[in-house]
Amino acid sequence: MSTTIDARGLSCPQPVLLILDAIKKGGGTELIVLVDTDTSKENVSRAAESQGCTVTNVQPDGDGYQIFISRV
Amino acid sequence: MKNFFAGRWGIIGVGGIIGILAALLQKLGNPGNMGICVACFERDIAGALGLHRAAVVQYIRPEIIGFVVGSMIAAYLFKEFRPRVGSAPIVRFVLGAVAMIGALVFLGCPWRAVLRLAGGDGNAILGLLGLTGGIWIGTRFLKNGYNLGRTQATHTTVGWMLPLIMLGFLALMFVFPQVQDQEKSGVLFYSLKGPGAMHAPLFPALIVGLAIGFLAQRSRFCTMGAIRDLVLFGQIHLLTGFISLVAFAFLSNMALGQFHPGFAGQPVAHTMHIWNFAGMALAGLAFALAGGCPGRQLFLCGEGDGDAAVFVMGMIVGAGFSHNFGLASSPKGVGPHGIAAVVIGLVVCLFIGFTMRKKTA
Repeated sequence: MSTTIDARGLSCPQPVLLILDAIKKGGGTELIVLVDTDTSKENVSRAAESQGCTVTNVQPDGDGYQIFISRV
Repeated sequence: MKNFFAGRWGIIGVGGIIGILAALLQKLGNPGNMGICVACFERDIAGALGLHRAAVVQYIRPEIIGFVVGSMIAAYLFKEFRPRVGSAPIVRFVLGAVAMIGALVFLGCPWRAVLRLAGGDGNAILGLLGLTGGIWIGTRFLKNGYNLGRTQATHTTVGWMLPLIMLGFLALMFVFPQVQDQEKSGVLFYSLKGPGAMHAPLFPALIVGLAIGFLAQRSRFCTMGAIRDLVLFGQIHLLTGFISLVAFAFLSNMALGQFHPGFAGQPVAHTMHIWNFAGMALAGLAFALAGGCPGRQLFLCGEGDGDAAVFVMGMIVGAGFSHNFGLASSPKGVGPHGIAAVVIGLVVCLFIGFTMRKKTA
């Protein structure tokens, strides 16, 4: 099961706060995060990895990216 | 393509380069412990334009122009220019003005706070403690759902506005260049004494600004974020860059004979500890609520962020109010209305922090 988080248009540090919340809450095994800047992409990936998660894929999505995060 | 500058060694390297270049700018003529100060330099720009008439702080600082344009060049080269706007612009304007008022009570932004420390100014310790305190309050709001709402993608023109304004300032410097012993050249004011009269030559200052703008855009360098991420997430990524800046500025100052430890008689500084702390606490809180330090706001402008541009305009207008209303400090101490301004500024920030808590949909 995957959970999608839309962090597009949000400025620092909102995207990171959202995904850390989602990781803490548990639930599905996969998180899909939508972001619209490279900074958010890097920050979200770094934060996910700091929580022991793995960034399995990053795909361009419109003007932004879809980040796939797997919870171990 | 992996962005080297956003990695650990990238941010440390960029912080180090900024530290060295700041010390060099001071050697080239910028004021003491003010190789770079985003707040002071925007205040000087406000003065050069006549938005305030404090005769000692009037000069269009090419470094600021370089920060924005350098970031824009990097953003275009790496396809990161994304025009966007619409995330509570008027609130960002107010936060910019309030941040400037706080910074001018301390006499420096976070960049200058660490450059003052690296030059031996002990008063900077109070400022940095205040900065941390203000950011800590900001993180409490962030944890409780504070946010400014989403931006929208927009016309390229919107993203170009602030860079164009900066290029306009540069054009004014060429049309109305400084004339020796003249306080005015055409429409521009030029300080004859005081910190505004101390500056590196135009082209070196502009080139250093462009280089820092370019590198900071790539590395996402942010002095407020450095402390915020540590307090909020326990992350030290940005902090390593900030510490690197202090370390390399310190070493460069030692090498250039610019390190003079002490509290009294430091350049463009006062020793009123409580107000050094409180001024920077106010600035730190405002930067935290606005999502970036004053430098980062300039780099975001280069990426097409129209909201960051509104924050910058808020800072420039805030500088006008600071000097017109006697809110800014001087080496003698706080201005006649500086203390009242800090209190009002804190109330404004708390109001914004407590009331903008709608959860993002």
